[in-house]
This record gives sequence, C-alpha cells and structure tokens, in this order.
Amino acid sequence: MNKSWISPTVDQVGVEERVARFNTRSVKKESKMQGMLLALNMIDLTTLEGKDTAGKVKQMCYKAMHLADDIEGLPTVAAVCVYPNHVKTAKKALQGSNVKIASVATAFPSGNSSRKIKLEDVKIALTNGADEVDMVISRGEFLAGNYNFVYDEIAAIKEACGNARLKVILETGELSTLDNVRKASDIAIYAGADFIKTSTGKIQPAATMPVTLVMLQAIKDYYDETGIMIGMKPAGGISTSKQALQYLVMLYETLGEKWMTNEWFRFGASSLANDILLQLGKEKYGVYYSGDYISKD
Amino acid sequence: MATSKNIKAVQKKSAPFVSSVKSVFQNYVPAPESSDHIQLKPQYNLFINGKFVKPLSKIYYDTINPATGNKIASVAKGNDKDIDAAVKAASKAFQSWSKTDPKERAKYIYRIARMIQERAREFAVFETMNGGKSIRESRDIDVPLAANHFFYYAGWADKLEYAFPNRTPQPIGVAGQIIPWNFPLLMAAWKLAPALATGNTVVLKPAESTPLTALKLAEIIQESGLPDGVVNIVTGFGDCGAALVNHPKVNKIAFTGSTPVGKLIQKSIAGTSKKATLELGGKAANIIFDDAPIDQAVEGIVNGIFFNQGHVCCAGSRLFIQENVAEKVIKKLKDRMKTLIVGDPMDKNTDIGAINSQAQLNKINHYIKLGQKEGAEIFQPECSIPSHGFFCKPTLFIGTSQSHRIVQEEIFGPVLTIQTFRTIEEVIEKANNIPYGLSAGVWTDKGSKIFNLTTKLKVGVVWANTYNKFDPTSPFGGYKESGFGREGGVHGLFPYVKF
Repeated sequence: MNKSWISPTVDQVGVEERVARFNTRSVKKESKMQGMLLALNMIDLTTLEGKDTAGKVKQMCYKAMHLADDIEGLPTVAAVCVYPNHVKTAKKALQGSNVKIASVATAFPSGNSSRKIKLEDVKIALTNGADEVDMVISRGEFLAGNYNFVYDEIAAIKEACGNARLKVILETGELSTLDNVRKASDIAIYAGADFIKTSTGKIQPAATMPVTLVMLQAIKDYYDETGIMIGMKPAGGISTSKQALQYLVMLYETLGEKWMTNEWFRFGASSLANDILLQLGKEKYGVYYSGDYISKD
Repeated sequence: MATSKNIKAVQKKSAPFVSSVKSVFQNYVPAPESSDHIQLKPQYNLFINGKFVKPLSKIYYDTINPATGNKIASVAKGNDKDIDAAVKAASKAFQSWSKTDPKERAKYIYRIARMIQERAREFAVFETMNGGKSIRESRDIDVPLAANHFFYYAGWADKLEYAFPNRTPQPIGVAGQIIPWNFPLLMAAWKLAPALATGNTVVLKPAESTPLTALKLAEIIQESGLPDGVVNIVTGFGDCGAALVNHPKVNKIAFTGSTPVGKLIQKSIAGTSKKATLELGGKAANIIFDDAPIDQAVEGIVNGIFFNQGHVCCAGSRLFIQENVAEKVIKKLKDRMKTLIVGDPMDKNTDIGAINSQAQLNKINHYIKLGQKEGAEIFQPECSIPSHGFFCKPTLFIGTSQSHRIVQEEIFGPVLTIQTFRTIEEVIEKANNIPYGLSAGVWTDKGSKIFNLTTKLKVGVVWANTYNKFDPTSPFGGYKESGFGREGGVHGLFPYVKF
C-alpha cells in the first residue's frame, strides 16, 4: 500500500528570511489607510467559546455591521464565525446585511469523532443558515501518515457542503514543520477546499507569517497549474493593524491583486477590528483616543 | 437590531472603497528616510596625523549622489605628497602604537564600534546618498556589519596568543589599504579593524566615488582619541592609490577591487618585501538542484544577484538550474522579479537602488547589449525606473552557455545569466570553469550533496541554501584570480602579523 504524498520541500530559514523582508516594507499614509479599511472588510468576527449564548452572539453581530458609526465610510466585516448551534441567532441578527455567516463544524476543534457525526454537524450548520463551513482536518491521521484518509474526509465534507464555501483548517500549530504545512495545504486544496485556514485559535501557535507564506505558495502553485483560485484565512494571533498590513503586503507580493478581496482572503480575528478602529480614529481625530471609545462586543 | 434605515446605510458603507484596492499596494506611497538629521559639510579635507588637513595640491573634486546626479560635497584630491605625509605619520605612530598594551588598543577599537552604532542612522543615510545602495540595505546590513567588525576584532586585540598558539605574533608596520565603492563603510571596517587590533598603523585610501562614509569614520576616529597617525585617510584617485602601493615605507598592502588592478599591484610590489592580500572579482555559480526548496531558492537567486544592485564581488551571477526543474524555477523567478521595486535609494521600499556611477552603468549596458548580440534570451520585468540618476532594471539572460562572454566576464550589475545542467559532475566542472574562485551557492535538501560540493567547488566561500551572508567571525576571500588572503574570523588576523 502506497502511503506517500509528494509535496515540495520547504526551507524554514529561507521562509523566515522572506517574511522578514516583507516586514521591511513601509506602508504609510494613503496606502496605510486603504490597507486598514481593506483589512476590516476581510475580518471574520469570531466567537467560539463554551460559554457562548444567544445574547453574546446577537451583540457581536450588531458590532459586525456597525463597527464604529462615528467614523464615516467604514465597511462591515466579511463574516461572523460561530458554532453550529448559534447559526440561527446570527442569521436573524444579520438579516439584510452583507455579512456572511461561517460556522465551524466537524467536531471542531479537535476533529476526533466519527465521519457520521462530522457530516451531521455540517448538516446542522447548513440547515440553520450558514453560508460558509470551517472544518478541521484529522491531524492524528495526518501525522500517522494516513493521507488518503485525510483527503477522503475533506472530499466528503465538501460534498456535504453543497453550495456553501468550505474552509479547511489545517491546525498548523500541531503540524510542527513547514513541510507538513505544505503537504496538508496541497491535500486540502486537491480534495476540494475553497479556502485553506491556519488554525482553530484554540492552541498556540496559531497563525504566523511563515506558515501563511507556505500556504500562499501552495495556492499559487495550484493556480499556476489549474487556473483555479483558492482562498486563504490566517486565524488567531493577529491582533494589531500593523500585523494585518504585513499580511496584506505578503498576500499582494505573493498572489497579487486578484486575491485582495474578502472573497479570497479573511482574517480570523476577534480583537483586530478594534485595533484598526483605534488607528482609524487617530487618522480622523489626530490623536489616539482612549480604548473606552471603542465598543467591545 | 438592523432597521431598514440602518440596512441602507450598512449596504452603502461596504461598497465604495473596495474599488480602490489597486491603489493600496500597486504603488507603495513614497516612504523616504528622513535626511534632516545628518551633518554634511560642504567640503572635506584629508585626515592625516589626527587632523583634517588641506590637500597639498589644493585641489578638490565633487562627489555626487548617483540617484540624482547632483553634487553632495567637495572632497580633497590627495596626491603622492599627501600619501608621503600620511605614511610618515603612520610610521611614526607605529613606534608607540605597536607597543601599546593590547587591552588599551582594544578599548579604542571598541569605542569606535560604539560610536558607529550611535550614529548608525546618519552613516546609513550617507552611505545611501553617496553610493546609491538602498537605505534598507545600508541600514539593515552595511552599518551593523561594520560596527560588528570593530567589536569582533576589539575582542582579539589582547588574545592574539590564542590565535597563534606557541608563537609570538608581532605587528608588521604600516598597512596601505585601498578599498572599493561597493561597500564603502563596510570595506573600511574590514580593513581597519584587524590591522588596529594586531598593532599596525594604517593609511586608508577610499574609492574616489564614495569617500564620504570613510571621512565620517575619520571624524569618529578623531573623536575616539585614537593616537595621532594610527589611522590616516587620504581621499583621491588612482594615482593616489598607486603612490600608496609604491611607497617604500608601507610594509603591507591590502586591496579590494578589480582583478586587473589586483594584477597591477602584484606586479608593482614584486621584488619588494611588502606583504599583500588581494580580494578581487568573481563570477559565482549559484546552483539549484531539483530537490531544492524551490520558492526559497528563488529568493536566494534574487538575493544573490540583485543585492546591492549586483555590485558585489561574490554575487551569484551565473545561475545553474538542474534541467528538470529549469522551467519551473525560471517562471517563479520572473514572477518574483515583477515585485522588485527599482527606485530612489532613500525610499525605504526600494529593493534595487542606483548604479554607483555613469561609468559603471555604461559598462553594464554594454554587457546587456552584448548578451542580446550573443543571442541569449533577455528578460526584464516591466517596472518604472527614475528618469534622473543612474539606474538599471534587473535583467535575466536565459539559455546561455559557458562560451557566452556574458557568462565568462564579470558584469558587476543586476544581470543574471542562466544555464542548465543535468548531473552533479557536470555542474562542478562548469562552476569551476572560470578564472575566478570567490564564492558559490548550493541549493538542495540533501545534506550529503552540500558536503560533496563544498569540497569540490574551487571557491573560498560556499553558501548552502542561502546567499550573501556575512559575519565578522567568518573568513572571506577567494582562490585563483579572485585573490588571496582572508578577511574576517581568526584567519583575518594572519595577514597583519609576523613572527
């Protein structure tokens, strides 16, 4: 039985150097402003806690549509991201807006459950109104070398998604090496992912620039081979505007203009929006105002 | 809760700015490094015997900013008589400097290192303005490395007996040092630091097109209290350098520059007792195997040839790609080159700055025309280059062979030739098939391949899965017509001692 999957080899030192070079780009003034607005519109505002309630979800959804009404010209976020049993609440709260609803599914975050249960999980999310599904891969099977299992599982979930867009979470923090990140990315893409996503946000490390770069390179190679675009979502650990801009620089210089919309790139973040609002507030008022002026929902 | 009034407002908000995505990153808004803080004099004199003195010829020449073509300052034109005065000062100072307690010598060198660090920003701006290299490089690479060289050799000053066990190293005397225009401050550091640490005195002649950072270093040296005459800096042209090489009281020559001039220097000192080290040209092979991490290798190719506009003796200027991955690598390389920004060196986002001089730009353009005439396929990305100053687009020549002149001769610009190979034996032979022997790059995932190549490539420096990495602890220098002698590391002490 052939258990191999061949993906290109990745040099970690080289990746880190390329990332360091991206971070020397100086994005100022107009470029910075536009970048921050773009980043806001790319956020998946997320709440994935055991203690989530309808009240919490409703308030977060209002924030998703009304980031800071005292600043003109602000976009909404791209989507909210919740557990399947809160999709209904989110759907009602977001009625009439452009904000999408992404639901995690497939026994998030561990993925340690049966195929039957994972499919049911997806079904519930979709029935309740999710536009997008964020699944997790079986990291245990991956690390045991059962790549066919991982592939087949993603393909089955994709089928169950129907028209909903599927994001595949690799949980890069558990994969340990960039070679593994590249391999998992390739498996997910070829198995039918619409988006590949770094993390569940439940463990450290979550998204990092080196890991994201490797995933962007997997997307680029697939696009060069097939002409098909795949989306990318770094999730967890991106909390400042500066970081968001660095990711956008990396995105632009690796994949190019076509990916610079929320149809193809998302930030999985909960506190990023407020840092961007702080920076935008400074642009408007000339000073940094206190954090108390920014709503925490 | 969304009311119908809010809904309209919400929908209106998300639409307009997305269309301006193009403007966000397509052209980064100019991000120029501020140059308000630098202390630039309108006229610079020679630094001899601890003082700034007028040139005996009373002649000054203009030094320019190659990004604009504009004059920056007037610089003294030293002649053979100024050299004589400098060598005499160095000779006299040697009497006491060579007997100074090594720990005291170390303190001066350490002080110079600290002062470079304190004025790092100013040095970086000067280096960029006078030489044309991007501020990102002078700030992040040149200046920190220069300071580190002084720190490193300060540490050796009182530990020489550990560098040469069971022997008693003595300083040689007066070192005549001639440095090039591609890394003006860094080359000054590479020359001065080991010479001073071992107890020698120095007359340094900077390149004529890039005197300013050496002169700034002279100001620091004066401020550091280094005894008069230990370091002398004489700016000028080729005749000045020749005078230094031929001066009878100079005991050791250290030269970094072109191979033809290196050969001249060796001829000049033949029959004398002068010691010499020469760090000359190169035409390094950068070798990509099919099992290389390709995306990172492409980055290495870019760093190998476009770093410092290709004005690097160890530049990876001959790319060898294993034939079965050649198409893939070339495509990725072209894609990567499209994101390189050629522009104002003072802009923090510039990747490729200005060519150092009109003369050098002419030489590079001559080779570009030659390459096209020789039938190689040329590629240059579509990018804007400034209308003033000396600029050159990054350039590839695909489908070349060892027999192409653009492959055999050193271009010293952002021009890369590309050849394919099939086996490791073939690439070793081709890589070595050049009169130079300074450096090489090897890209592969297989460690055994790396070790195999390092022993068989006839070059002084082999980089594995990286390129253009320098450190004061690591000896640098070449074989064959790339010169002899090493700079950096404990090896860098050898040329400056006798037993």
